Amino acid sequence: MMSTQENTTKPNQFFPEIDAVVKMQAININAWFGQKQILKAVNLTVKPNTVTAIIGPSGCGKSTFLRCFNRMHELVPNAKMTGQILLDGENIYDKRIDPVQIRRRVGMVFQKPNPFPTMSIYDNVAAGLKLTGAKKGDSLDEIVKHSLEQATLWDEVKDDLKKPGTSISGGQQQRLCIARAIALQPEVILMDEPCSALDPIATAKIEKLVTELKENYAVVIVTHNMQQASRVSDYTAFMYLGELVEFDETGQIFENPKNKLTEKYITGEFG
Amino acid sequence: MSNYSFRKFKNSIFFVLCAICVVIAVIPLVSILFEVVIRGAPQLSLNFFTTDASKGGIGHAIQGTLIIVGLTSLIGVPVGVLSGIYLSEFGHNRYAQSLRTINNILTQFPSIIVGITAYALIFSIIGSSKWAFSTITGVIALSFIMIPLITRTTEESIKLVPNTLREASLALGTHNWRTTLSVVLPTAKNGLVTGILLAVARIAGETAPLIMTIQGSRYFFRGMDKQMAALPLEIWKNSLQPSQELISKGWGAALILIIIVLTLNIAVRLASRRK
Repeated sequence: MMSTQENTTKPNQFFPEIDAVVKMQAININAWFGQKQILKAVNLTVKPNTVTAIIGPSGCGKSTFLRCFNRMHELVPNAKMTGQILLDGENIYDKRIDPVQIRRRVGMVFQKPNPFPTMSIYDNVAAGLKLTGAKKGDSLDEIVKHSLEQATLWDEVKDDLKKPGTSISGGQQQRLCIARAIALQPEVILMDEPCSALDPIATAKIEKLVTELKENYAVVIVTHNMQQASRVSDYTAFMYLGELVEFDETGQIFENPKNKLTEKYITGEFG
Repeated sequence: MSNYSFRKFKNSIFFVLCAICVVIAVIPLVSILFEVVIRGAPQLSLNFFTTDASKGGIGHAIQGTLIIVGLTSLIGVPVGVLSGIYLSEFGHNRYAQSLRTINNILTQFPSIIVGITAYALIFSIIGSSKWAFSTITGVIALSFIMIPLITRTTEESIKLVPNTLREASLALGTHNWRTTLSVVLPTAKNGLVTGILLAVARIAGETAPLIMTIQGSRYFFRGMDKQMAALPLEIWKNSLQPSQELISKGWGAALILIIIVLTLNIAVRLASRRK
């Protein structure tokens, strides 16, 4: 508890202008695995219809930070955290709030494509709706089609909807996972290095998709690929050793970083 | 180059050693199978399958084995599978850790002691030996053997399900139990089925726990509170008889039991091979 107070920083210290429109806001997030502190007083704001990239060297806590946004962090044994994350102004770590509800509103795409191997392509997309008992029947068909279209996968799999979700290529599987997340019509989509297991062509498709997704969703994407961050994102956060070093518009971060550390990382002096 | 040929030589020596060991391991198995088929096959007739001991058949023992294995599975499969799910999905605490240790010890427990325990349990509950030698006691004894086996194989096969799948499901906003039921269990299905069938084969062949429980019988099933017959017990009892005819019946019963167990094993292979 002491460490929390020691690490307290002023909220929004990285914001040049305070914007009224905020989708999610992380306030003073500290996180631990056992005794090891992974995140130290991190603040971040996610605006609607934008792509926010989180970059930084391996082990800097960017994935852990992302997993705090939909309460996945607490699933790891020995994991704990302090701080608040607001979704539409409401703290998702409030005691009255069921994490299951949050995860329906804040979807997630993982590093490795992880479609359910026992389900067909169709069922994979419908999984979220079926497992939460939300939708049945005709409307389900439409949602599946719409989600696959949005994930730019429909044309490639429309004749194979009954085939297992693992029967398609890795890049297609990752887009299937995106379709699975979209099908629940979340408000925010979190992506944890979604392209790190993919080849350049599949990566290009996902990147194009990410920029399209922001029409409907707020996207937060963790990446260790700086070019990717500069290509897809509107805002970029640079993290180092569990701290948020700099957060600004992507153009600013890459062309005119205020912090020496950011500049060193961007120019490839370490990483 | 001489070094290279020496290494090649060592390689072939090793290969020959392995091959010899495999042959040594297979000899008893093949000779048992051979012996049982040679001596058991002449016994097979319609009468042999359909009548009890009084008319020279082993129908009562086949019926008994099917009944006791069926009843035990009714208890052992659900309890074992649910315990395995608990241990692997929710067992990250001390209580579960000690359960796991006890369970692992139970899987190795001498089965004669399990039989005596079941007998003593019923005896002390009822207060007389009236029910102690009965189908019920036998089912309890075999359940004690089956539950730990299935618990363990269930836990092991569920643990093999990658955590990324659980996370994928939870990230969709599903509850834990839904994730276990709809994502984890279907993915672990092959391992589950294999474990269950192997446990069934194991209890079908158990003899020692039946000596002190169902005791054996010369008749078809007469009720849950009475002694009953089972194939392994029938083999054991007949083999001790001074009559050549009864010993031959024992060989016939052995053949039937081996066929049942082998069929289950082959079923396991097929079940685990199918995608």
